[in-house]
Amino acid sequence: MPLDKERLKRVPMRELSVEERIKTFNEVPLGYTEEEAIKEASRCLQCVKPFCVGGCPVGINIPAFIKAISKGEFEEALKIIRKANIIPAITGRVCPQEDQCEGRCVMHKIGDPINIGALERFIGDWALKHKSELFKVPEIPKKNKQVAVIGSGPAGIAAAADLAKMGYDVTMFEALHEPGGVLMYGIPEFRLPKRIVRSELEYLRKLGVEIKTNVLIGRTITLDELLKEFDAIFIGTGAGLPRFLGVPGENLNGIYSANEFLIRINLMRAFEFPEKSDTPIKVFGTVAVIGGGNVAMDAARSALRMGAEEVKIIYRRTEKEMPARAEEIRRAKEEGIQFKLLTQPIEFIGENGYVKKIKCIKMKLGEPDESGRRRPIPIPGSEFEEKADIVVLAVGQRPNTTVTFGTNNLKLTKWGTIWVNPETLETSIKGVFAGGDIVTGAATVISAMGAGRKAAKSINAFLSKQ
Amino acid sequence: MPFRILKKKILAPNIKKIIVKAPLIARKAKAGQFVILRVDEHGERIPLTLVDWNEKEGTITLIFQEVGVSTLKLGLLEEGDEIHDILGPVGNPGEYVRDQTICVVAGGVGIGAAYPRTKQLKELGNYIVSIIGARSAELLILEEEMKKYSDEIYITTDDGSKGRKGFVTEVLKELLEKGRKFDQVLSIGPPIMMKVTCDVTKPFGVKTIVSLNSMMVCGMGMCGACRVTVGGETKFTCVHGPEFDGHLVDFNELMMRLRMYKEEEQIALEKFKKNILVKSHASG
Repeated sequence: MPLDKERLKRVPMRELSVEERIKTFNEVPLGYTEEEAIKEASRCLQCVKPFCVGGCPVGINIPAFIKAISKGEFEEALKIIRKANIIPAITGRVCPQEDQCEGRCVMHKIGDPINIGALERFIGDWALKHKSELFKVPEIPKKNKQVAVIGSGPAGIAAAADLAKMGYDVTMFEALHEPGGVLMYGIPEFRLPKRIVRSELEYLRKLGVEIKTNVLIGRTITLDELLKEFDAIFIGTGAGLPRFLGVPGENLNGIYSANEFLIRINLMRAFEFPEKSDTPIKVFGTVAVIGGGNVAMDAARSALRMGAEEVKIIYRRTEKEMPARAEEIRRAKEEGIQFKLLTQPIEFIGENGYVKKIKCIKMKLGEPDESGRRRPIPIPGSEFEEKADIVVLAVGQRPNTTVTFGTNNLKLTKWGTIWVNPETLETSIKGVFAGGDIVTGAATVISAMGAGRKAAKSINAFLSKQ
Repeated sequence: MPFRILKKKILAPNIKKIIVKAPLIARKAKAGQFVILRVDEHGERIPLTLVDWNEKEGTITLIFQEVGVSTLKLGLLEEGDEIHDILGPVGNPGEYVRDQTICVVAGGVGIGAAYPRTKQLKELGNYIVSIIGARSAELLILEEEMKKYSDEIYITTDDGSKGRKGFVTEVLKELLEKGRKFDQVLSIGPPIMMKVTCDVTKPFGVKTIVSLNSMMVCGMGMCGACRVTVGGETKFTCVHGPEFDGHLVDFNELMMRLRMYKEEEQIALEKFKKNILVKSHASG
């Protein structure tokens, strides 16, 4: 294809209309058809030195799978992706591609970067559609060594998949009643349908990984006990503990952590209450979501779908400093979510135990802080009140260290994350490795997967020496 | 791993005891801990205190009162049926103390939760004075078990149908006023009973431990549904508790939070009862 005007533009992805989407939890971006995928794939310049690959935390051979799509060889594309990533239908949806592969695409200089995320998703979805024949797993010679993977989120999935492919017997432990970690309890249905998470986990089981739910390591079984039964351990327990603001009135009824709000909806399916779910949730009137990250956008858009009359996001800096993906901010705005910026809650005011109003203070931006973003400073005397019937606090997560209960040797950092050797991801306990949010603090699905893969490599090196 | 109900016993109207196969939990359980349970695939996650466990048999014992949809559903399961999910043990074990005089104040279905702590504290060599109570004689559970591990026992019922007419806290107050010395009071039961216990013991300066029954979802510190103010700080009942220094607990907040879904619980209950009627009508 010549470098004509058409080639500079992305094949647009169809989306559910705003009217349709705010009434249901159906997925918003609808994905490419085969024709659209082939057309988009044909835009790729097939660089000899592909920068995109360097931007991928798991190192997918991006030009190769795109080339296969352009020729209509979808099964070949799937094989190429799966070498590095077993859950393309998930990562194709939730990776921040604009900061990774697509951010480095040379097409940027002359037009739109290739829609790599959409193409990856296309292959992932295509594989799920053609399940039976494509999910056959090659016979893997067994190494007869046991590896435990703690946590079934992105880091654990990536580590377990690689280790199983290498021939290790992998047992994965999940504390909740369903595996998937944040993919299951955190990211909403309209961004990542749960049937897709379940299907992708099915492939993990086909690779021979045994998944045990309802086991909380640190309580049900301790790390020390696991060490007696397994030759190596990977910890990928994530950053699942919610932060609160620590302001008066925060425990009033109607105030949720984003984790609780999203767990009730995503994992417990409160949107089917009382018919098919026994878990209630309260969403009505004005919903205020505090925070500016992807979790805040997820909570705000979920609140809208749960029947809120109006939803506003309250954030202490400006839109420019928001950590959420531009795409998510755009969709939230399209759906009518209001943005109250440079605003910080200082007190929650209730009536009969239920929140009614938020006392806020106006902020201005000062000098950049350690995150490089300009620090918000309260403007004295600028207090005002915002109406709120329901509040969702999406102000960050901390690492969950339950895994350390009953073991004394696991070294933590001053931030409460698990200390690891940055080269090998081995912790202070020999044979125990860790990766993902439990090491880095809250980050992305794909960076956790990258860490999982890196740990799998280290575990293989460690066990090969024995 | 199926969590099969091996034995079921009706202890009192709407209060049932089940013994469930759960070897991993039985192996690790300690007095004061609890489980998070989901009855079926639509079920909510609810906390229930571990009443007893048998490591050799791989079983745990739970006692519950049928008050909402989840406990009613659980009550409908029979021996041989399976519970969909049980996570545990979670929460911190109760504090070990030895050679003290301890007063256990327990009410209603809370006696089930107080029993394992009473047994443990007795076995650790403490002198146990138990005050247990219920609304009426037929609702009083685990009387024999509590007697077995108590050096002294007092019984109250609201209607006077057994023991003394009145509340457990009245007996406690009298004992303290008479100059009875306790190193510690352990109070487990309805929030209002625990609150009054703390009001009674505070002027006497008696250390009072309560085991909170906050509403929960995850049971492992992820969600904060069970948050409670203790000594001016927000704590999570599931990971920092369930036992706290009662004199520091904001009981009004706890009770307010327990009422959060009252409306929804009513809706669910009505729907559930209607369905049961439809089913029994169809099968009858």
